[in-house]
Amino acid sequence: MTLWCMPDLLTPDEAQALLLSLRVSFVGVFAALPFAVAAALLLARTRFPGKIVVDGIIHLPLVLPPVAIGFLLLIVLGTRAGLGAFLLQHFGIRFVFSWTGAALTSALITFPFQVRAIRLALEGADPGLDEAARTLGAGWLDRLVNLTLPLALPGIVAGVITAFAASLGEFGAIITFVSNIPGETRTLPLAIYSALQEPGGEAEAARLSLISIALALIFMTLAEAAQRKMRR
Amino acid sequence: MSVEVRIRHRFKTFALDVAFEAERAGVTALFGPSGAGKTSVINAIAGLSRPDEGRIAIGGRVVLDTEAGIFVPARARRTGYVFQDSRLFPHMSVEDNLRFGRRRAPFPVDEHEIEHVVEMLGLTHLLERNPRALSGGEKGRVALGRALLSSPDILLLDEPLAALDAARRQEILPYLERLRDETKLPMFYVSHAVDEVARLAHEIVVLREGRVAAQGSVFDLLTRIEGGIEGMGAVLDTRIESHGEDLSVLVFDHGRLYVPRVQRDVGTRVRVRLRAEDIMLAREEPRAISANNILPATVSAMRYGAQADIQIAMGAARLVARVTRASAKRLELAPGAHVFAIVKSVIVDAAG
Repeated sequence: MTLWCMPDLLTPDEAQALLLSLRVSFVGVFAALPFAVAAALLLARTRFPGKIVVDGIIHLPLVLPPVAIGFLLLIVLGTRAGLGAFLLQHFGIRFVFSWTGAALTSALITFPFQVRAIRLALEGADPGLDEAARTLGAGWLDRLVNLTLPLALPGIVAGVITAFAASLGEFGAIITFVSNIPGETRTLPLAIYSALQEPGGEAEAARLSLISIALALIFMTLAEAAQRKMRR
Repeated sequence: MSVEVRIRHRFKTFALDVAFEAERAGVTALFGPSGAGKTSVINAIAGLSRPDEGRIAIGGRVVLDTEAGIFVPARARRTGYVFQDSRLFPHMSVEDNLRFGRRRAPFPVDEHEIEHVVEMLGLTHLLERNPRALSGGEKGRVALGRALLSSPDILLLDEPLAALDAARRQEILPYLERLRDETKLPMFYVSHAVDEVARLAHEIVVLREGRVAAQGSVFDLLTRIEGGIEGMGAVLDTRIESHGEDLSVLVFDHGRLYVPRVQRDVGTRVRVRLRAEDIMLAREEPRAISANNILPATVSAMRYGAQADIQIAMGAARLVARVTRASAKRLELAPGAHVFAIVKSVIVDAAG
């Protein structure tokens, strides 16, 4: 597959890495989104014993070494035993050595980014509006769909974009969990790493790095714009 | 439709313990200084808070009874709540805000009714707007329309004018008066402004430090010289009897008032307010005087403070005049004394 917009800039392998990165991040981030919204609602709107622990667990991927996360995923979802074996046997789902595994990794790693942004938006919302909706006859699901989520939309968008940008850079967890298979799990950072392993690969690594920088800049600008819209 | 309220609740800083009944449709003002518990009371009626103990019934429908374990959630109470800060939904147009409650009411949407309310509140040209683009007065009117259109059993207004400047207040007050006169809804109106209460209310519940300090009709409570609400001379319900060249004649139970021409039809009921400072007293009927209104009356009660508050009666109607203590002495005022009240100015609250 080649990129139609820059056929001469990138080799087919590089284009493949770029497209794979985008696909992995896209699927990972959007698969995590409903859970991130639920977690943000839980943290922003409810009180329960042990909340601080749940909060900590959700934020764990931010501080844990990515290699450790990859290793944990390998243990839990490896096909020889446990959950991984069960999924393969009964549903034919295999995460290891597969791009879906990379997407799952990126979902997990970027989960706290999404939760944080959405939670911030929820906490910044005026509770008075919710009261008004209650007196106007709106039940909780009604309020969630028609009031809470639309009002938190800029935060949700910011969370998604930040998560997407962070996901594009994930390296350690992916290479540990799903390895470095060209066309399957070799995302941009893995392609840069691979290029550097080969003699004379510096030029390729530089080009891929420039692409990474451009992507990161684009997404961070978008995220900032969304955050600004929220503050208004 | 009567509304029965009995609640006790311990807050961190004060205790609320109120019980009152509002017997009829019309405006019941919850009046008192800030911190008296006015908003807490209507929050409990709306179901936004849950009192420790109590019973609330709206037109016979029990929405709270802690003994029987009844707590109807806010969304099912059918109370139209107009918040002080209007609380319009910023991501919806004015029209969607107006329809929000109506769509969730257990009756089909009646386009005529929506049109009527939109027209009554002067919102026709605002429907497409975003609430952020509205002035304070416009926001207040939209909030009023939104609550009204949710087809509530009772309207709760939490100082809907407090956040507005004087000009905006004058813009909304006539709408509130129309609402009072045209709908049969019971309305609870929270306020700490005597003027608003005197202008709008039928019944007043005075709250002080979480308790009911007094309750009565506006005509009664504003003309008590003790235990009522001071600062107002009288509120009279009058009817336009005729129009003269530049004056209109208003009749009430025991007299007539001549006021600058009122732009309403003969027969229309209008409420007038007299301030205690605007009423002079004389022992003999004054002649050759510029005041248009000289009412014979009898002193019914007196109270000496920094000045003398003299309550006078004309049949069932009562007024309070505020004069200096020296004047009261010089005129030898005492209960039963015949006097003439010279009314220097009359505030006419004619809606529209």
